[in-house]
Amino acid sequence: MTPTALVEPIKLEVKNLNLYYDQKRALNSVSMKIPEKKVTAFIGPSGCGKSTLLRCFNRMNDLVDACRVEGEIILDGGNIYDKHVDVAELRRQVGMVFQKPNPFPKSIYENVAYGLRLQGVKSKRVLDEVVEKSLRGAALWDEVKDRLHDNAFGLSGGQQQRLVIARAIAIEPEVILLDEPASALDPISTLKIEELINELKHQYTIVIVTHNMQQAARVSDYTAFMYMGDLIEHDLTDTLFTNPGKKQTEDYITGRYG
Amino acid sequence: MKNFVKAQADWFKSGSPWIWLNGGAVAICMVMVVGLLGLIAIRGFGHFWPADILQTSIVDREGVRQIIMGEEVRAEIIPAAVARDGGYTVEKDVELITRYLFKMGNRDVNGRDFAWFLETGMDKWEYPLDAISIERREWGNFYGYPVAIKEQDKIISELSSADFWTQLDQRIERALDLHSQIHRIEKSDIGRINKRMDDLRLERRRLELDGITGDQLAKADVELAARRAELEAEYSVIKKTRDDLLAEATRDKLIGRTADGKEVVIGFDHIVRVTRPNEMGVFAKLGQYAERFWEFMSDEPREANTEGGIFPAIFGTLTMVIVMSIMVTPFGVLAAIYLREYARQGTFLKIIRISVYNLAGVPSIVYGVFGLGFFVYTLGGNLDELFYAESLPSPTFGTPGLFWASLTLALLTLPIVIVSTEEGLSRIPSTIRQGSLALGATKAETLWKVVVPLATPAMMTGLILAIARAAGEVAPLMLVGVVKLAPALPVDGNYPYLHLDQKIMHLGFHIYDVGFQSPNVEAARPLVYATSLTLVLLIITLNITAIKIRNNLREKYRSASD
Repeated sequence: MTPTALVEPIKLEVKNLNLYYDQKRALNSVSMKIPEKKVTAFIGPSGCGKSTLLRCFNRMNDLVDACRVEGEIILDGGNIYDKHVDVAELRRQVGMVFQKPNPFPKSIYENVAYGLRLQGVKSKRVLDEVVEKSLRGAALWDEVKDRLHDNAFGLSGGQQQRLVIARAIAIEPEVILLDEPASALDPISTLKIEELINELKHQYTIVIVTHNMQQAARVSDYTAFMYMGDLIEHDLTDTLFTNPGKKQTEDYITGRYG
Repeated sequence: MKNFVKAQADWFKSGSPWIWLNGGAVAICMVMVVGLLGLIAIRGFGHFWPADILQTSIVDREGVRQIIMGEEVRAEIIPAAVARDGGYTVEKDVELITRYLFKMGNRDVNGRDFAWFLETGMDKWEYPLDAISIERREWGNFYGYPVAIKEQDKIISELSSADFWTQLDQRIERALDLHSQIHRIEKSDIGRINKRMDDLRLERRRLELDGITGDQLAKADVELAARRAELEAEYSVIKKTRDDLLAEATRDKLIGRTADGKEVVIGFDHIVRVTRPNEMGVFAKLGQYAERFWEFMSDEPREANTEGGIFPAIFGTLTMVIVMSIMVTPFGVLAAIYLREYARQGTFLKIIRISVYNLAGVPSIVYGVFGLGFFVYTLGGNLDELFYAESLPSPTFGTPGLFWASLTLALLTLPIVIVSTEEGLSRIPSTIRQGSLALGATKAETLWKVVVPLATPAMMTGLILAIARAAGEVAPLMLVGVVKLAPALPVDGNYPYLHLDQKIMHLGFHIYDVGFQSPNVEAARPLVYATSLTLVLLIITLNITAIKIRNNLREKYRSASD
């Protein structure tokens, strides 16, 4: 299912994806295309599979023993579920930010430099440069530039979440997955994150899962509505919210369930 | 009545009885802890307070009046009938009678230094100001009066002379100084030469074992002989110095008189300290107290551990615990990481885990038996054959020692470290792991850079528990390396500085030895308490140090682990 008006180049393509937890099917033949350098939001009631689908994009589901995936996800022409794919390499291309801020027990600087150090970057000059650029990119630089070597746990929740975003963009991924990034934050922090998403979409393809329909309407260009493991509708955000094509979508966005 | 029943039911419903029950349990625990510490503190640390010397006279069983002198240790009330059965004359109408335990010292004169005396026939107690107590290196304390100081055979000063006490103090200081010089020479200089001599002997033996014969061996022999001669020359110089000092030390003698008039001559080289407690004020006594207490903590034991200090035991306990920590931490942590992070969860792993948990419940003496059978005899025996063949048949590692004691304790505490580390690892939020994985880290990178640092407070908790358990353990140590009197400390100035093969002293075993194996029970009793308290304090210190480190780590990783 694909928005009719999709004109942009395609970054990610999901082809007939089925996902099982043991015998239970969590995703039913999902097919969709995700446009490059746009924000795509996944909405739907709890347990509809939107987070599960998101986690397929960087194979985070591999960590769950009982999880089995069928189908393909094409990233830049290659199937990420191919046997020969290096998962660590894939995750460098497809970054992810989680619901709860999860900085490492290190300094702010080391948090941002973590991904680069993993890749073996040692030069202090390069690291300094990337740390500053990423923190600026995550709109956090001005708040933390004087205490880069303080423990990251000293930051507020909203700052921590932006730090995590800075950490993700430091390794220059192509896609950023956001799993309800603002659900644990206060309204002001949420606003900052939303502004940040607007900034980031000029450089990165963004996929965001959210519980909050207003948020989806505010930040996304495209929205996909999922229900019980099925992709119900995927369209331009404006179209989906003002003129939904399916009865189920309409029921959900008008608040009849979910 | 109805109201009462209702009120009672309400009271039960309110939960108050439950709170009282819980509060009561805590209170009882506190009373027990405070009581325990208080008892050993009072019993043990009262020992160092200089007690007054009393003099009185007593009619003994034969009806002869004799003068006694000493310190009162304690009093006891017994039925008069018991005294009558013991052959004492007690008046008809008396039912209960007090008897006193006196520490009379003068073991060389009286043959016994503690004795019970009944209050019947006892004269008034006096505290003569001139009475002195002399702590001696042999024969325990002397109680009596000083008479004169002799240098060689000439009397220098008598009690009546004005400078008697200053002379006494000066000469004691000189004797103590000489004694410590002699001690140092014997321990370090002669010890070093002995070690080198022994090394030469081993070198010779090694050559033989290597199959070197004929000319080569003869050549080596010549060289060894030269080196031996050099050492012997050095030794004779040192021995001369020592003999001179020894002769110096025996120069002065103190003539004393016991309460019942016998004269005793005590060489100054046998005196540790002379005090006149009856004449001392509170502050002087406090000074004495501090001095004696410091001696207890820093000196070596004398007289079959019933006098002197416990420093070697403190040092041995500490060294053993530290060596144990160094061994148990890496093993425990690595095992826990494998069990928690890498091993495939299943029945087999469950069996392994249950076995590990059950190891913690195995009686410690069983570990001792295992340590002796496996570590000492099998491992140690083989090590000796491989690396110390030249000193066989006398064993190096094939005999109980510090290393095996530490290793046995490490095995004993391994489950504790594994369990705590596993718990720590399982508490690390999965979001943190996922955050690292999402940045392209492999599992191993995530583990070592993020998860393990976060679990360090839990590892420290494990280590704290392990230390607390190990420092107090006695039973297995008796089999694998702890002795009642070790000739030397396990750390000294001779290469390799830390002697893992040496036998050590241990506070726990020291308590057992002093308390139950001592030839002089009354003299040892306060030391048992004092040593117990020292052991408790040592464990508390070790624990507080470890807890401090853990709290620092926790502070560092604060919000991630809660």
